Amino acid sequence: MGSPPHFYRFAGRWLPWLTGIFAIFLIVGLYGGLVMAPPDYQQGESYRIIFVHVPAAWMSMFIYMVMASCGIIVLVWRMKMAEIVLISSAPVGASFTFLALVTGSLWGKPMWGTYWVWDARLTSELILLFLYLGVLGLYGAIDDKRVAGRAVAILAIVGMVNIPIIHYSVDWWNSLHQTASLTKFEKPSMPPSMYVPILIMALAFKIYFVLALFQRVRAELLYRERNSRWVEELVQS
Amino acid sequence: MTPARKKRLSLIVLMVIGVAVGVGFALQSLNENIMFFFSPADIQAGKAPANKDFRVGGVVVDGTVSRPGEGLTVEFDLTDNDSTVKVKYTGILPDLFREGQGIIANGRLNAQGDFIAQEVLAKHDENYMPPEVMEAMKKSGQAMPSMNRNGI
Repeated sequence: MGSPPHFYRFAGRWLPWLTGIFAIFLIVGLYGGLVMAPPDYQQGESYRIIFVHVPAAWMSMFIYMVMASCGIIVLVWRMKMAEIVLISSAPVGASFTFLALVTGSLWGKPMWGTYWVWDARLTSELILLFLYLGVLGLYGAIDDKRVAGRAVAILAIVGMVNIPIIHYSVDWWNSLHQTASLTKFEKPSMPPSMYVPILIMALAFKIYFVLALFQRVRAELLYRERNSRWVEELVQS
Repeated sequence: MTPARKKRLSLIVLMVIGVAVGVGFALQSLNENIMFFFSPADIQAGKAPANKDFRVGGVVVDGTVSRPGEGLTVEFDLTDNDSTVKVKYTGILPDLFREGQGIIANGRLNAQGDFIAQEVLAKHDENYMPPEVMEAMKKSGQAMPSMNRNGI
């Protein structure tokens, strides 16, 4: 897996399969959420943004943890593939963070009465977006990509401190944002007809992440290894 | 693991612990600013700032919402099941505003101890359920879900 030509071919083989599985999960999840799930007793149909918002917010934190783990591998083991996975995850994570913020904001206006408040959950999630953008900016600002990889690894690891803050913000402080409806240890505070589509959507987003990651890693590999034999052979064939 | 890698790993662990402790202290000292709202009990205890805008959060007491006069002015009592404060507000209320609902109002206290709100936000809880289930729960006399563990 650590060898660039091998990973390039491996990812290429999996791309069509991943696309198909992603499409199936996305369609099932959206149908379950937007059509089959019952309306909410208070919010009516407006709550259905949850089927995008919650999985997107989960992904925003999950992808950051992937980035930070890669960062540790980069700094300790100096693995080139980890650098590439780290930087290729960042735009996908930033997009999910942005999606979570925008969907939450659109829901907030009719339900809370405001698009945005500076409460702990919203603010820490916004900081997460800035961390992603910081990683992308820092990587772009350094020309030597091996040096850039190590610099963003440090930033990604330091930013990891924000993840538990986001997660527990609604428990540690009074916030406008509600506490979690779905947790690992407690009974969910919604019926299965609502949380099953959320979980399916979460799976769909995870598969999408792998899909987008593979494509980005392939592009980054070609760029970084542009002077190597295998890329030359690939281009000529 | 080679000694060099071990050293790098322990440096990273130290760095993360250092940053976490730093951020922890910073958040601790900012605790009051991060708190999004005060409760009616906090106001009773004099913890809320005087002559300054702040937010109060609580549950709208059943049967206290009234509209004195024409227009958009609305009055209601806000409680945390401990203390109660009267809130006066002129403006458009969010969709989720209703009796028994957790809300957050932004404004300040007047001389009579009433809370004059410039903004009212509805706080949603983590409960979602179909309308039929809610009806059934009401019939069987179970507690309102918005009054559960998070109070507001």
